[in-house]
Amino acid sequence: MSTARYSGVPRWVHLPAAAGALFIVLPLVALATRVEWGEFWSLITSDSSRAALLLSLRTSSMATLLCVVLGVPMALVLARTSFRGQSLLRSLVLLPLVLPPVVGGIALLYTFGRKGLLGETIDVLGLQIAFSTTAVVIAQTFVSLPFLVVSLEGTLRTAGQRYEIVASTLGAPPTTVLRRITLPLVLPGLAAGAVLSFARALGEFGATITFAGSLEGVTRTLPLEIYLQRESNPDAAVALSLVLVVVAVLVIGLVRGTGSRAG
Amino acid sequence: MSLHLSARVDERDVEIDLDVADGQTVAILGPNGSGKSTVLSVVAGILRPGRGRAVLDDTTLFDLPDRSWTAPHERGTGLLAQDPLLFPHLSVLDNVAFGPRSSGTSRTASRRIARTWLDEVDAGQLADRKPSALSGGQAQRVAIARALAAEPRLLLLDEPMAALDITVVPAMRQVLRRVLADRTAVIVTHDVLDALLLADHVVVMEHGRVVEQGPTKDVLARPRSSFGAGIAGLNLARGTIEERAVRTPGGLVVAGLHGDEDVPEGVAAVAVFSPGAVSVHRERPTGSPRNVWATTVRELEPRGSQVRIQTGALSADVTAPVVAELDLVPGTEIFLAIKASEVAIYAA
Repeated sequence: MSTARYSGVPRWVHLPAAAGALFIVLPLVALATRVEWGEFWSLITSDSSRAALLLSLRTSSMATLLCVVLGVPMALVLARTSFRGQSLLRSLVLLPLVLPPVVGGIALLYTFGRKGLLGETIDVLGLQIAFSTTAVVIAQTFVSLPFLVVSLEGTLRTAGQRYEIVASTLGAPPTTVLRRITLPLVLPGLAAGAVLSFARALGEFGATITFAGSLEGVTRTLPLEIYLQRESNPDAAVALSLVLVVVAVLVIGLVRGTGSRAG
Repeated sequence: MSLHLSARVDERDVEIDLDVADGQTVAILGPNGSGKSTVLSVVAGILRPGRGRAVLDDTTLFDLPDRSWTAPHERGTGLLAQDPLLFPHLSVLDNVAFGPRSSGTSRTASRRIARTWLDEVDAGQLADRKPSALSGGQAQRVAIARALAAEPRLLLLDEPMAALDITVVPAMRQVLRRVLADRTAVIVTHDVLDALLLADHVVVMEHGRVVEQGPTKDVLARPRSSFGAGIAGLNLARGTIEERAVRTPGGLVVAGLHGDEDVPEGVAAVAVFSPGAVSVHRERPTGSPRNVWATTVRELEPRGSQVRIQTGALSADVTAPVVAELDLVPGTEIFLAIKASEVAIYAA
């Protein structure tokens, strides 16, 4: 047997721990047992399924891109500067993580909707956001932005500023330091944050259905499609659910991969 | 390039005036927490002092509280820290090329400049490695090359050898001696040898204030501060190399260990050793020590639990029981002995 360090964990603790693990794994097994394997392929490639899947991938990628564009500057400002109200801002940025998504959806509706805070401005520009694909992307970005900001801010803090200081004493202006030192050094953390954001966007349901509705091919993403098929075609719902489980497993693998390389 | 600095950092209770003349190297000595590194941070622009003024040549680095402030990258002050801090994602060559590249030089030209500087610190063969594949001494050489490649007007060194393995320190000191020769530089150190071999001028800091300053030789010969006295206690024999040993004009011959390369015959050199490593005898000792000198006790100075025996050129630290046992009083004839392995010889 290989050498092992004395753990000090009481023996009885293993029982609830095993129950907990079972609690998570069992439903996934149950799902897999209900899949009609014979029809699996045709179920997930039906017109409505394909439309939902492609829409989900498209909107989630767009939302992830937006998260990176907005989240990297946010994480930098939170991690590297100090100003009045910074800790309050940090708490507010976390809000979408704990807020029920349906509440987020209503909030977005009253911001970007026709009668919302920015509604008139948007009308003047000739745009109609609510109940469009753009709304899906906005809803997904709203709920997944904190994932990127939180994980990147942590990475930035751990990495510290020592290399950046050296770079600036070598004559590099701040933008050069950001491009050539800071970003390459936190790339694993940024990648992990982006993958998490993508996963959250892909699974987004509540804010989307509230703010964007459920229009096939326009706003009906995979989770919405699954919810609707559950009544009319349970086999399709189960098959599509399994697709999302597989994607989730891949995401966890990716995050762990980049995480361990960073460490 | 000359520097004039006058600054106050309230948070760390540091208040300092410092002048560095063109081409001069100034060593800042002092105990831990005396504010030495704070001074460098202020000059480099990493720390913004509450008030003060710094002028490098004819450019004002800062004039605070509210007149002006220059960002670190616009100052032309290179900083070499205790840790090499090579950028881990860049090759050694690209680390050194970083400075020229940042100032707008093309990639090829920057790499050519980088190669020159790597050769200057005898690290040319490391160019293609990643920093993780370097030893501590190699990494610090590369860090020196990187700092110099940025062509700083003023070089700031913050205990550049404190984190190095003791065996590579002498070689690194030689590299620094070479590159600092005609440069304007400030080196923070706690090692008197650095001050002696690298600096023209010494500033001693205690509790955030300058307690003593002057030409290196004067400060080390007649220290007035307690820290100065502690570090100045080292035995120094200046002379020329004769048969690998240092022969002083007074006729003292001291054998010791040379650094990486032997100091050539006939070259001016200094032998350095601690009084604590010197043993005191009433009869001429037999056996291994290569250095034995007959001399006379001139003075006995209590220093805590030790007693320092002054004999004119050299001194030795022994415990009080030894003084009693050997019955030492001023005028006693004694023999001082030290192993050659306890003596370091440097070109001076």
